[in-house]
Amino acid sequence: MKRVVIRMALAAILGVAASAASAQTLNSVKSRGVVHCGANGTLAGFGLPDAQGRWTGLDVEFCRALAAAIFNDPSKVKFVPLTAKDRFTALQSGEVDVLARNTTWTSSRDTSLGLNFTAITYFDGQGFMVRKALKVNSALELNDAAVCVQQGTTTELNLADYFRANKMKLKTVTFATADEALKAYDSSRCDAYTTDASGLAGERLRLANTNDHIVLPEIISKEPLGPVVRHGDDQWFDIVKWTHYAMVTAEELGISKANVDDHMKSDNPDVKRLLGTEGKHGEALGLTNDWAYRIIKQVGNYGESFERNVGQGSALKIGRGLNGLWNKGGLQYAPPIR
Amino acid sequence: MSVVETGKPKAPLIYNPKVRGIAYQVLLCALIGFLVYGAVTNAMDNLARAKIASGFGFWEHTAGFDISQTLIEYATTSTYGRAFWVGLLNTLLVAGLGIVFATILGFIIGIARLSKNWLVAKVAAAYVELIRNLPLLLQLLFWYNAVLKALPELRESLLIPGGGFLNNRGLFLPQPTFKEGASAALIALLVGILASIAVRIWAKRRQMRTGQRAPVLWITLALVFALPLGVLVLSGVPVDFVYPEAGRFNIRGGIEVLPEFMALLFGLVIYTAAFIAEVVRAGILAVSKGQAEAAYALGLRPGPTLRLVVVPLAMRVIVPPLTSQYLNLTKNSSLAVAIGYPDLVQIFTGTVLNQTGQAVEVVVITMAVYLTISLVTSFLMNLYNRRVALVER
Repeated sequence: MKRVVIRMALAAILGVAASAASAQTLNSVKSRGVVHCGANGTLAGFGLPDAQGRWTGLDVEFCRALAAAIFNDPSKVKFVPLTAKDRFTALQSGEVDVLARNTTWTSSRDTSLGLNFTAITYFDGQGFMVRKALKVNSALELNDAAVCVQQGTTTELNLADYFRANKMKLKTVTFATADEALKAYDSSRCDAYTTDASGLAGERLRLANTNDHIVLPEIISKEPLGPVVRHGDDQWFDIVKWTHYAMVTAEELGISKANVDDHMKSDNPDVKRLLGTEGKHGEALGLTNDWAYRIIKQVGNYGESFERNVGQGSALKIGRGLNGLWNKGGLQYAPPIR
Repeated sequence: MSVVETGKPKAPLIYNPKVRGIAYQVLLCALIGFLVYGAVTNAMDNLARAKIASGFGFWEHTAGFDISQTLIEYATTSTYGRAFWVGLLNTLLVAGLGIVFATILGFIIGIARLSKNWLVAKVAAAYVELIRNLPLLLQLLFWYNAVLKALPELRESLLIPGGGFLNNRGLFLPQPTFKEGASAALIALLVGILASIAVRIWAKRRQMRTGQRAPVLWITLALVFALPLGVLVLSGVPVDFVYPEAGRFNIRGGIEVLPEFMALLFGLVIYTAAFIAEVVRAGILAVSKGQAEAAYALGLRPGPTLRLVVVPLAMRVIVPPLTSQYLNLTKNSSLAVAIGYPDLVQIFTGTVLNQTGQAVEVVVITMAVYLTISLVTSFLMNLYNRRVALVER
């Protein structure tokens, strides 16, 4: 990990960052023939290679959708697994074109890191997991507890804030990766393990005795997760942002992977504009007009991707909750395509 | 130009080897200077263009994260600068203790490897070959998991006589706090140390003059330990102990030694000792056999021969490679990041870099710190080397 940081620092010094950061991302992606996507690599439901080495997850499918929109081929993605602490440097220095790694949108990351958050693909919040044997029912009972946490995350800061705000004492044990933090928790080094609630659902399944652990009810923070791009390339920013909105709009209009071909003949003007049978909305983005059709046909709409990776179709079984559509009690809302 | 005015036959300056040499060096320096200047300004331009914050303003910003081991006062409201010092001190602590213990263990094993006792020599050889041929990171992970797995959980803590606990959260010991009147003992300690140095010098001079030896070790022990302890008792033991107490989740109070620290120190000491053992063995073998034989001929027993004749001669060979091992140990301590010990790299190039996003500044500062530590270590070892080096007469 240290090596990656140093290599990136050198890359920054030698000026690689600048050439990649100017408004050329789409062109360089096209000439390269593949999107470089910074992904998690160890988080079930968001970014994890399966037994066959095929990447799976909500963030992973977002990158596939992006590749589908550009190349009409969702496999034209190279996934670069990144740790929480190396991810921003990787994006800043141009190692990846887009960072889709369950990354929380905060003001400082959006400004002083030279990055732009595009959209919120998952509304999350931070929670705690503890051993049942401790008989703890609330995070407020964790005074004096040792908590294992991953380094370089908003989690680390929220944890300190929460304990300070509630006047509780805290012992943090910080690890470079989620894997190591979880392993230390599993061997009783800590009383509690904390990360985003979606992460807890996945990590709990990886423990030796899943049923010995419970997730506490408190959600102590807002964690809006979404794909990130470099500052300064508005065209690329628009493409990444609208890839997500196209998937949400498709779900809202009831267009799925299975029925998208039928909708090509639809008379509904919203559907026509989305699928590119009317208007030039794709060309305005620098893509083809059937960009959204490609995404839906190859990857699916937001709801499909959600259920497949973190919802009922997955081991995590997370409900839609805040991630439901705006007209169904959730927060997912896409600006109109027109 | 003084070179030209030496009265030698005059040749064009360009053919003067001295002038040429200097000219080449000036050119090279200028070229390197230009490259460095170009790299720095280029990086600054690019950072500004990419709207990435730069500069050292972050030093004063609130850190907001917690650190598990702090030698100086630190809270989540402290600054990044404070976090830097916490990390630096943690690095120095583990490196300093590591150097001391690795030296002691390394000397023992190095000498044991040359023992005439077959079993001792082979055990030492096996230790060296096993340890120095396995990657350090692997060993650290092994020790960390071994420490965590071997130690009992909080509720089954091992009790240490005198009010301590040992469990997989760490080692907890009573912490002495000195009340008024304890300063007398402190002064006694200082007096004891100074007096023992004086005794040492006096004993050496007397031995040179008369050949008689004084029991320096016993006198030193008495002066450094017995004297301050005696004063402490006489002044009514003005010391309080803060005992660790088991809370609902953790043990609070007293001195806390983290399992991460123990594992890192253990791993570094065991690993570096294997290399130091080889350095020591090489140094001893480099001392000509005749020296030891001469000592035996004078009637010295094997122990004093080793201590007074062989090892002092061997130090000339040992010290330079020993310095490299010290530097290695210090740099290797940055592997702490793998097992959650909050050293400089973990805190500063880990969390601080990530929170601020200022990779260039943070990495440059960290490199400068390691460079400084290494140069200071080298400097001190060079001073020592000058003392033990062969003096040509």
